[in-house]
Amino acid sequence: MSEQFEPVIVGFTCNWCSYRAADTAGTARVKYAPNVRLIRLMCSGRLDPTFVMKALAGGADGVLITGCHPGDCHYIEQNYKALRRFLLLRRTLAGLGVEPGRIKLIWASAAEGLKLAHEINQFVEEVRALGPLNWPKWNDQPAEIDAVKEVA
Amino acid sequence: MSNKPKFAMYWAASCGGCEIAVLNIHEKILDVDANFDVVFWPVAMDAKYKDVEEMEDKSILLTLFNGSMRNDENEKIAHLMRRKSQILVSFGSCATEGCVPGLANLFPVNEIMDVAFHTVTTDNPNNILPQTSFEVPEGTLHLPTMNSRVKTLAQVVDVDYYMPGCPPESHQIAAVVDLVIQVLQGKAQLPPKGSVIGAGNSTVCDECPRARNVKMIKAFHRIQEVAPLDPTLCILEQGVPCNGPATRSGCNARCPRVGAQCIGCYGPAEGVLDYGARLVTAFASVVDAKEPAEIESILDGIPDPTGQFYRFNLADSLMRASTSNWKKNGH
Repeated sequence: MSEQFEPVIVGFTCNWCSYRAADTAGTARVKYAPNVRLIRLMCSGRLDPTFVMKALAGGADGVLITGCHPGDCHYIEQNYKALRRFLLLRRTLAGLGVEPGRIKLIWASAAEGLKLAHEINQFVEEVRALGPLNWPKWNDQPAEIDAVKEVA
Repeated sequence: MSNKPKFAMYWAASCGGCEIAVLNIHEKILDVDANFDVVFWPVAMDAKYKDVEEMEDKSILLTLFNGSMRNDENEKIAHLMRRKSQILVSFGSCATEGCVPGLANLFPVNEIMDVAFHTVTTDNPNNILPQTSFEVPEGTLHLPTMNSRVKTLAQVVDVDYYMPGCPPESHQIAAVVDLVIQVLQGKAQLPPKGSVIGAGNSTVCDECPRARNVKMIKAFHRIQEVAPLDPTLCILEQGVPCNGPATRSGCNARCPRVGAQCIGCYGPAEGVLDYGARLVTAFASVVDAKEPAEIESILDGIPDPTGQFYRFNLADSLMRASTSNWKKNGH
């Protein structure tokens, strides 16, 4: 029996809503796929598209971006900025051959642990269906990236 | 042979604009001649690779290397010049970040050959394709082989300094020539290895005199569709895609000053890891919409975001090439 492909997904959460939603899910013992590695930012507006590219170029099969619902941003309207960046980034990545389905934006309030868990499970299945991305590990990474590795 | 320090300049996959920019330093070129012995400069004087191979290692003080790594000949000469030079400068956008030749990384090599030799613009009735080796009575002739993707100079050899620009501005070249001459005379010190020289540390916007009003825009336009452009207002805020916010300063905002958008030839500004990603941020910030459908319709005004954001930088970006390139050619 061949092993099922387990996608590696990097998930970005915001401190005020979606990270708390993940916390809520945990407190309520709601299970969700372990494929996603959550990284907490202060706000979805902090999400530099560079993070997404670095994740994909570094071996991730998909990237999940989460934030507060429109109108609920702790920093008033930075999640709208995240939305615009996400839509433009998805177009840019499509030009590089990255399927639009590999990056997803989800809104989740602090109370929506169940919803977030459900969305994560669904996204994992969507990326699983797309298969591995396997972006090449260029053997000529610039010194800057090597430096990051050394620190880590 | 004179005792003057030796100078070389080489072009790999490039257009020759960098050499013209060097000659555009006008009478300063006499200083180059007065202080250096030009030993190798294919575009300006006759020389053979064999002559360079016979030179002692590290015998050339300064080599300005322009052009990207498109084929195995480019890479071979990159290694040769590295071995023979004390200071190897990645000169111009092609060597530093791949530039326009780097856009070839969006396609597989065979597709590039097809377009060049089989499309309606090429009169090739007998379907003749260049071969990398060919038998003649005297022996076998070889042509360079295309790399699967375009690389930058620093992805192939160790580079001492980077000098961006397509081409580097002549006043910046003159300043670098002055600096090297002062170093030779013991009046100045070289910057730390790996520095970007002949450019600023900020963005083109910083040098641009146009006013920014944090205005939001409802549509993107091609520059010829906006007539006339307001000469005092930020070009991006007038809806014309301008790459200034992510682009390194050093050109004195030459294009925006004369009413043309910045296309980003000076490459990423200091601290920018991925040039295109930074532009995604900048462009998304001026879009005046909150509903996904409206945002999408505004973004339709940028028909080729990948080309817009990576016109000069694809070969040095985090992704380097598109899937259609590396899945076909390997890597």
